[in-house]
Amino acid sequence: MSPKNYLILGISLVILIILAILPLYAQPYNIVLLTTIFMYVVLTVSWVIFSGPTRYISLAPAAFFGVGIYVAALLGRELPLLAFVAVGGLCSFVLALLVGFLTLRLRDTYFTIFTFGLVELIRHFLLFWETNITGTRGRIVVLIDNDVVFYVMLGIFVVTLLVAYLIRRSKFGLALRSIGENEVAAVHRGINVTMVKALTFAISAFFMGATGAIMATKWTYIDPYVAFNPLFSFLPVLMAIFGGMSQLYSPIIGAVIFTYLEEVLTTRLPYYYMLIFGLVLVVAIKYLPDGLVGLVPRLIRRWRKKFPAEPQAST
Amino acid sequence: MLKTFLDVAIAGLLMGGIYAIIAVGFSLQYGVARVLNVSHGEFIMLGAFITWTLFTICGVNPLVSLVIVGPVIFIIGFILYRIYFNPLRASSPSVGAFEGSSLLATFGLLYIIQNVAIIIWGAEVKGYASQYLTSSINILGAVFPTNRLVSLGFAIAIILVFYIFLARTRLGKAIRAAAQDEVTAAHVGVNVTRVLAICFGLGALMAGMGGTLISLMYSIQPTMGFQYTVIALIVVVLGGLGSILGSLIGGFILGIVGSVVSYWQPALSLVAYYFIFMLLLLIKPTGIMGK
Repeated sequence: MSPKNYLILGISLVILIILAILPLYAQPYNIVLLTTIFMYVVLTVSWVIFSGPTRYISLAPAAFFGVGIYVAALLGRELPLLAFVAVGGLCSFVLALLVGFLTLRLRDTYFTIFTFGLVELIRHFLLFWETNITGTRGRIVVLIDNDVVFYVMLGIFVVTLLVAYLIRRSKFGLALRSIGENEVAAVHRGINVTMVKALTFAISAFFMGATGAIMATKWTYIDPYVAFNPLFSFLPVLMAIFGGMSQLYSPIIGAVIFTYLEEVLTTRLPYYYMLIFGLVLVVAIKYLPDGLVGLVPRLIRRWRKKFPAEPQAST
Repeated sequence: MLKTFLDVAIAGLLMGGIYAIIAVGFSLQYGVARVLNVSHGEFIMLGAFITWTLFTICGVNPLVSLVIVGPVIFIIGFILYRIYFNPLRASSPSVGAFEGSSLLATFGLLYIIQNVAIIIWGAEVKGYASQYLTSSINILGAVFPTNRLVSLGFAIAIILVFYIFLARTRLGKAIRAAAQDEVTAAHVGVNVTRVLAICFGLGALMAGMGGTLISLMYSIQPTMGFQYTVIALIVVVLGGLGSILGSLIGGFILGIVGSVVSYWQPALSLVAYYFIFMLLLLIKPTGIMGK
């Protein structure tokens, strides 16, 4: 490892320790806010794990997130906390694996609308089921202490980042990128495209499901509208586009800024928040092709062009 | 038995007319302009609200306001494509990349239009369906409200006019050429940039007029658009992405399917729509009229 890597590792550890001891000192409100930020960061980073390198736009996060929420509602009282969080993740993993294998033939737009339809299909089916078969709409979720939720969310956050980092560095990540560059060429290079895509999709879904399971405990009451809200599909995409996808940390920046914006605006100006959400999406797609993180080097380049540096005195 | 059959079939056709007009516009925008417009329903909502405003404040007959709503929404769509989607298309590395980013951009547009509408008109449910064309017509024993029949008639008429426009006029020919092959169309002198913007505008126009017709029958609210977008999406996948005739047929098929399913189990109709949609995507993603 180079000195730079040690430095990054050290800084990460320090941040982690600060985050871990935070509940002892911080206001409860800040802990809740941080938990929400972790939630969006995990959703965004896990979305980028699959959609970043392969360039398949998935609108299914809400489906996997919602599956986790429902697992928590159904099993929250039967199983210990970590067990139902893991089950939530696993259920999403299996669903994603299934969807992945089913949709492999679909290209680009077809894949996107399929994943979008998935969320709506599950939601309407559950609504039908709850109103006509069981006769009860919605469920009560077991309540868990804020600090515990915070620590579990912190754990998922760390694991997600680690996995995202390892995938990026591995041969597996290289295979993913080559699928995004040119799928046909990837097949010819001997990459098992089917397997790689489905597996990555499932891994990213695992974290979304686990997040859903733990976050469900904060809402106490859930129904299909809450659990399978398509906004949970769009927000991770928006945050990833806004922050950028080139670096591991770029989607995190997008997620943090947007969660904070949501926190500040939703309570005071709900319609304006959604309006701003739309505007940022539209503007970011056109003017920030590499996200906020990509903007900095671009501005520096432009600035250098405008004001060329003094010729160096050296030979 | 015959009466039940007629009831269900005609109700399906009535719904199908509206589905078809929505889907034809949606199909035009995707098939030619390559924008999968998720905010299509928002243009429908705009059409419905402009009609409502004209009717309740100025007393304009809703059918007359078709002529006002159409051009207004057309201009909005045209300008939108010119200033936003066209530069985006130019800077995208491939058609696939443009489709992806324009799809996401229209999600942004959805939230913008919807929330501007909430700020202007308020979030509550509105409607004038109980004040206009409230009589009913008896067809072979099955009774139908006049407003539904009138809107079906207008939906079919609008689609017919549009079809003749595509088939017979010079501009229609240019649109078909651009849909088939942009590069070659440009070589033979078609101003592709303008044609694509016109297509997007026409798609918006169909949505707006569809919105006027919907406001004849149902109550309206700023969040109403999304359900119609979803229907347009399903119809277009059913008929084949980009095929106008396919959308027309698909609209009526979905209308009848919806009517049959809701006769049997009303709560299942949306589930049935999505189920058909996902099944189609898996089995025959090109749709019934696709190549």
